[in-house]
This record gives sequence, C-alpha cells and structure tokens, in this order.
Amino acid sequence: MWTWLHRLASPPHFYRAAGQLTPWFGWSAGILIALGLYGGLVWAPPDNEMGDGFRIIYVHVPSAWMSLCTYTIMAVSAAIGLIWRIKLAHAVAASTAVPGASFTFLALVTGSIWGKPMWGTWWVWDARLTSELVLLFLFLGYLALRAAFDDTDRADRASAVLAIVGVINVPVIHYSVQWWATLHQGPTVTRLAAPAIDTRMLLPLLAMALGFTLYFAALLMLRVRAEVLERERRSRWVQELADGSMA
Amino acid sequence: MKEFLDMGGYAVFVWPAFLITALVLGANVVAARRREAAVLADLRRRRAADRSRS
Repeated sequence: MWTWLHRLASPPHFYRAAGQLTPWFGWSAGILIALGLYGGLVWAPPDNEMGDGFRIIYVHVPSAWMSLCTYTIMAVSAAIGLIWRIKLAHAVAASTAVPGASFTFLALVTGSIWGKPMWGTWWVWDARLTSELVLLFLFLGYLALRAAFDDTDRADRASAVLAIVGVINVPVIHYSVQWWATLHQGPTVTRLAAPAIDTRMLLPLLAMALGFTLYFAALLMLRVRAEVLERERRSRWVQELADGSMA
Repeated sequence: MKEFLDMGGYAVFVWPAFLITALVLGANVVAARRREAAVLADLRRRRAADRSRS
C-alpha cells in the first residue's frame, strides 16, 4: 500500500491517474445532482413554515458543507506539503483554493437570499454568518498571498502557514450555532441524535451533498493536472506530453 | 408547471439561488479546463520556439 501511495505522489503517475478518475467523478456527480434536484424541487414536501421557499436548502447546505470540507483539505494538504515536503501536496492545496472560495461565496449568497424571506434581513453579524465570511477572507487571502510570490516554493510555504493557522475557523463555524446564541438555526443533520428533518426532505439533501463532493473531486482532478503540468514543465515527461499531443 | 415555477410565492428567492449556484459551479469547470489547455498550448509554443532557434 505504501508503494501505491508513494507512486501517487509522483507527478506523472498522479497526472495519469487523475485523468482516468475525472470522468467517473464527473458523471456520478451529474447523476446525483440531477436526482437531488428532482428530489429537492419536486419530490420533497413543502415546509410547514416556509412552504416552497425552504428548497434553497438544497444548494445552500451542500455549498456550506463543501466550504468547510475544502478548507480542511486545503489545510491538511498544505501541512503535508510543509512537513514531508511533498510538492504534489502543495499543488493540491493550491488547486483547492478557488473551488473552496466559490463554495464559501455560494453558501453566503444563497444563505443571504434565504435569510430575506425567512428572517427579514439579508445579513446579520451572528456567529455562523460572520465566521463563514471570515472563511471567505481566508481563501481570498490564501490566493492573494500565493500571487505575491514569484517563487513557487516560497508561495507554497507562506500560503501553507496561512492555511494551517486558519483551520481553527472550521470548528468555530461548525459549533458556532451551539456555542453562541445565533439567528442561524442549530444543527439538524450533523448531530449525535437522529436528524430533526423529514426523511423526504433529508434524502435529496444527502444526494446533493454527495453530488457536490463528487463534483469537487472531479474539479480537483482537473485543477491539479493543470497545476502539475505548470510546475513540472521543465521535466522530461511533460515535454514528451506536449510533443505527443501535437502529433 | 406554473405552480412549480412559482415556488409557492418564493420564486424570486429560490430560482436566483439555484441559478447563481449553477453559474459558479459551471464557471469553475470551464476555468479549470481552460487552464490546462492554456498550459499545454504555452508549452507547445515554447517547444516550437526552442526548436526553430536551435
């Protein structure tokens, strides 16, 4: 198993493996999102309080979950890159940033749109919303920091420190609705007791969450491939690849 | 169908939320594909330049 992991850390092997995995991730993401959309927009019954307005949940919650998931992946791969000096890990971290920022942006925007009819306001500085906004700033800060360096190694190390330091925000966001009195509702799914939500509402949500995860996996494969090509452009295997694709 | 689009009166909130999600997720895929194509194109250009120089 270690040989397999070791090989995966080699850029040309990863490049090829990523290329093979992408369509699997992509198509299964598409199917799950299609099912989730049908389930969420058509099949799930309307909510007692908000009628059909609650259906925003089917893009808001998966986006929010993914924002936390991607930041964690970014921080962990940055740490791996920093500690074990595996270049590919830095490439993964760098590739996670834009998708992560996108999910965070979507969580904030769809949440805001939902907040207007539900709470009567587009925004409130409660613990959940504020800490999620901080997450967006962390992603953007990570990208800005990378851009500030010409040298890739320096960019990797500096941005890795930022990613790792910022990871404390992830549990803060998750537990914010329990630690503070927030306008944002408390946990209904990620808790130790049974989920406090109708099964017909829950199932499409899980489908969308899984779909978004697989979508991110496909996206990550695409981005890491481009990142690896860029970083390894002087190496022989990339030169041969470039030549080969001309033929 | 009209009822579906109306979303119980919440249409002005629900559809923009889904729309912006589709846009952002779609844009990410397009950007990622473009990036890889651009890197390869740039590489090939440099190879051709190197070859014509030598």
